[in-house]
Amino acid sequence: VPDENLSRGSFEELAMPLFDSLFNFARWLTHNREEAEDLVQETFGKSLKGFESFQQGTNFRAWMFRILRNTFLTSRTGLKSGLTVSLDSDEQSESILPVTSETPESLLLDRANQQMVQQAIEALPVIFREVVLLSDVEEMSYQEIADTISVPIGTVMSRLARARNALRTGIIKKQQGV
Amino acid sequence: MACDSYRGKIDGYADGDLSPAEMRAVGDHLRECPSCTSDVLARVQWKRTMKSAGTRYSPSIEFKRRIEKTLPAQKTSETRSGWRWGWVPALSSIAALALLAVFFLIVFPSLQQKQTIAEIADLHNSTLASATPVDVVSTDKHTVKPWFQGKIPFTFNVPDLANTPFTLEGGRVAYLAQSAGAQLIFKTGNHHISVFIFQNRADLHAGTGESSSKRLTFNVETFSEDDLRYFIIGDTNAADIRALSDLLKSAARS
Repeated sequence: VPDENLSRGSFEELAMPLFDSLFNFARWLTHNREEAEDLVQETFGKSLKGFESFQQGTNFRAWMFRILRNTFLTSRTGLKSGLTVSLDSDEQSESILPVTSETPESLLLDRANQQMVQQAIEALPVIFREVVLLSDVEEMSYQEIADTISVPIGTVMSRLARARNALRTGIIKKQQGV
Repeated sequence: MACDSYRGKIDGYADGDLSPAEMRAVGDHLRECPSCTSDVLARVQWKRTMKSAGTRYSPSIEFKRRIEKTLPAQKTSETRSGWRWGWVPALSSIAALALLAVFFLIVFPSLQQKQTIAEIADLHNSTLASATPVDVVSTDKHTVKPWFQGKIPFTFNVPDLANTPFTLEGGRVAYLAQSAGAQLIFKTGNHHISVFIFQNRADLHAGTGESSSKRLTFNVETFSEDDLRYFIIGDTNAADIRALSDLLKSAARS
């Protein structure tokens, strides 16, 4: 139910604290500063216009990120990003790599490896990149991520597991110089 | 066999996204299983690294201002309600500024320091849970200190432990806030104590002076000497932690 008490002033109060996070997410999606700025600007325009339809009591952050993501998907870069990659196997059960002293976790924490992690994130397909960023950077719950990307919660868990495995594999390969 | 049924829940546990009953069940298992505990700690460290690596891009101030200008002004009805109430927003602003000052000068640094201490506690825990807690195994300070040469961007003095209740077990390289430092493992009785030494940078958020605290039953001391920041943490009593801290200070000043 649209909340008539939600003013445009309260939109700014709710939206501006998300500004940096939205820009960071947009930049990761687009790989480009100008495109990220356009994306955030369009997101703010759309969300302000649709603010009266926002249902109070639902998750405003997920709502904003969803608008940004949907706007990205219809952009030229978004359409080129190949979102359909691997969607067919979304529901397959995911075997999780064991975490042992040989896995990259123990090696990830220095500055040089941080760059390696960033490169590995960049190399992920969008459907994996977005869930891992929403979970580990935005610290969203599985339900919030499901609301943001409009998929069932089981799909979020499956994609997250696959994204993390892909990241680990990518980092191990880089560490081994493959 | 027991671990197999929990293995698939490790990510959910580290993400804090299991049901309360599952969180309890996994927590109970972790108390008895060093292997799964080590896995969870590795996942938590992974998430920290991801958070740090993923928080990469910041908008420019100009862009932020441009967006703010496109938003409608905040409610203005209060300012139109008459000159008699004109002082209310001004007073509110002053009060808000005062609260912000208190937050940024007192509360925020304290929260950041707590976060740093929590990370130190995690590092100490993960070391003890590891199958190979130290990379250089030696009770001899003349072996341990040179081992760090070329691995960390500074050097430090290891205290003389003769006639003290402490023994040195070894050391390893540790990382905090993307900065390499030394971790020394000492033992007193059956208790292990970790000493972490890092370059004293503002982003360590360790405070400016000395402090002692308790975190999840660990006693923690921290002090700085010669541009280095020391953290001493262990489950032994506060007096032991203080005694080792004093030995480190003496060694640093020698």
